[in-house]
Amino acid sequence: MAIIVNKEACKGCRLCIKSCPFSAITLDDQKKAVIGMACTECGTCVEKCPFHAIEKTAAEKEKADISAYHGVWVFAEQRGGKLMPVVIELLGEGRKLAQQIGTELCAVLLGENVADLARECIGYGADKVYVADAPELKDYTTDAYTKVIYEAIQQYKPEIVLCGATHIGRDLGPCLSVKCETGLTADCTKLEIDPVDHKIMQTRPAFGGNLMATIVCPEHRPQMSTVRPGVMEKAAFDPARTGEIVTLQPAFADGDLRVKVLEIVKNLENAVSLTDAKVIVAGGMGLGSKEGFDLLAKLADRLGGVVAASRACVDAGWAPHSWQVGQTGTTVKPAIYIACGISGAIQHVAGMKDSGYIVAINKNPSAAIFELADYGIVGDLYDVIPAILDALG
Amino acid sequence: MKIIVCAKQVPDTTEVRIDPVKGTLIRDGVPSILNPDDANALEAALCIKDAAPDTKVTIVSMGPPQAMEMIRECLAMGADDGVLLSDRAFGGADTIATSSQIAGAIRKLGEYDIIFAGRQAIDGDTAQVGPQIARRLGIPSVTYVQKIREIKEKSVVVERQMEDGYEVLEVQMPCLLTAVKELNTPRYMTVSGIMDAYNAQITVWNHNDLGMAPENCGLAASPTQVLRSFTPAPKGKGEMASGSVKDMAKTLVDRLSEKHLI
Repeated sequence: MAIIVNKEACKGCRLCIKSCPFSAITLDDQKKAVIGMACTECGTCVEKCPFHAIEKTAAEKEKADISAYHGVWVFAEQRGGKLMPVVIELLGEGRKLAQQIGTELCAVLLGENVADLARECIGYGADKVYVADAPELKDYTTDAYTKVIYEAIQQYKPEIVLCGATHIGRDLGPCLSVKCETGLTADCTKLEIDPVDHKIMQTRPAFGGNLMATIVCPEHRPQMSTVRPGVMEKAAFDPARTGEIVTLQPAFADGDLRVKVLEIVKNLENAVSLTDAKVIVAGGMGLGSKEGFDLLAKLADRLGGVVAASRACVDAGWAPHSWQVGQTGTTVKPAIYIACGISGAIQHVAGMKDSGYIVAINKNPSAAIFELADYGIVGDLYDVIPAILDALG
Repeated sequence: MKIIVCAKQVPDTTEVRIDPVKGTLIRDGVPSILNPDDANALEAALCIKDAAPDTKVTIVSMGPPQAMEMIRECLAMGADDGVLLSDRAFGGADTIATSSQIAGAIRKLGEYDIIFAGRQAIDGDTAQVGPQIARRLGIPSVTYVQKIREIKEKSVVVERQMEDGYEVLEVQMPCLLTAVKELNTPRYMTVSGIMDAYNAQITVWNHNDLGMAPENCGLAASPTQVLRSFTPAPKGKGEMASGSVKDMAKTLVDRLSEKHLI
């Protein structure tokens, strides 16, 4: 925090509390002012304090010395006491980056009763796990997670922080980047590192996947990226690995937590984990109707896979958003991807082009999807899929 | 109630094509549109205004002077007024600089109860600027809002979309909410709205209006830089099936077994 209260000089007069435009200041048990999360470092309180007990430290000074930052951090996102699969991918990728610049790989883990998960992170390659264990951290909230991780970054100064580009990582990352006044590159699909100046080159799709851009953050630390789930290679698990556990001491004041989680609802009906699926049978507008997905489901079941959809089908209400593959949906990398009645719009291709073996079934012989297919079948999917089911026996 | 909606004019990326020879983006003739998620953000604000007509809805946008058209479109849908941040000094801003400029404009506008933004813009897809504005203003934020359940006196109860379901959250006001398309269906512009919007005065602010030095704006204040950009290399063309439907299906199954995929 760049606004600091000198506890000895503070007399508890509350003038700062009254002056704060953001209601960010409270008094602690000792009647001393505490700067909360809502602080925007506007400096109003600094001028108002009659005892000169509040000062604003120069953020510029902190920023300048980037050599003080070391280590690669991975945000060990957990939900309901389970690590998200992307964490294992980030530990795999983080290990490669850490090795090239000769630094340590750390995980930062927040939750309640997460000691087992900390050991799991070590098994997947973390040299060190920073653990914050508190009831307030059981489920993700923007305020609590931002505060705890920001404070840990201030204290331990990592040079790289990686988060999964999940709905949680994409909420946390931007908040951390503002608190640290550093750059954040969203939805990276490739990370490379310069072994000399430790600059990470973060490649991501832009312009709806029509263009790839490589982004750097040369003068600010930590360098932060959110990384697309399903893109990086998973780390291998070794139960014998050892590592260090560093306990963080999270503390929350009144006004720090402004969002309350009332309920978490899991949508069991659509529990398709596209990122983990080995086989995906995807449907596009060529299906002609919502019912077409029933046929795809038959083929998916036979191959032990799941059904997915193009954005157009989701927009048409034929399939839920959780099925969507592509630029604004999920990036997938199954061993087999069967695109049925999908034209191959660049936005869709961005989400599935790294699949192992791509099969395209489309009536239109000039559909763009055939440019990318390992095996292309020109024909009516309502004839072709039953024939494939027959051939599979 | 006072509501601010953050909106962006974007090229319709679904219309963008790659020049197959030069490998560059063809941007000529690509229409500029109101970013789709921002239309949902505006609709959410307008729904509140429908229920409480003394609500004022202000659009804040940043972009070149032509973004004025998009603000007029928002006014024609029902927004009350708009501010456009337009200045050479704002150019080349990454999300950190953009959020600082927009937060500066919102501070200048004064009091508000809710700020709505779209989840992300289709040209950058970062989903960063919304929550970053909230952090800069020191207010709580909820991203991926798919439903507004209840607006209470001092808080809002919303559903936040997750990959595998949703969360029900209660957030204190003032707050910032980012909208996903499941939140609502944006309304059309009305004829009288279009007439009024055509003549409406839209405020334009530059860095002096925000009290920001040029070195604290735009590219100069952006921690990230684009090192290079390139078009993704196409994968080599594979095999096209031939013969009857039965033959094609059989060959496919053979290929999959050869590769030990099934």
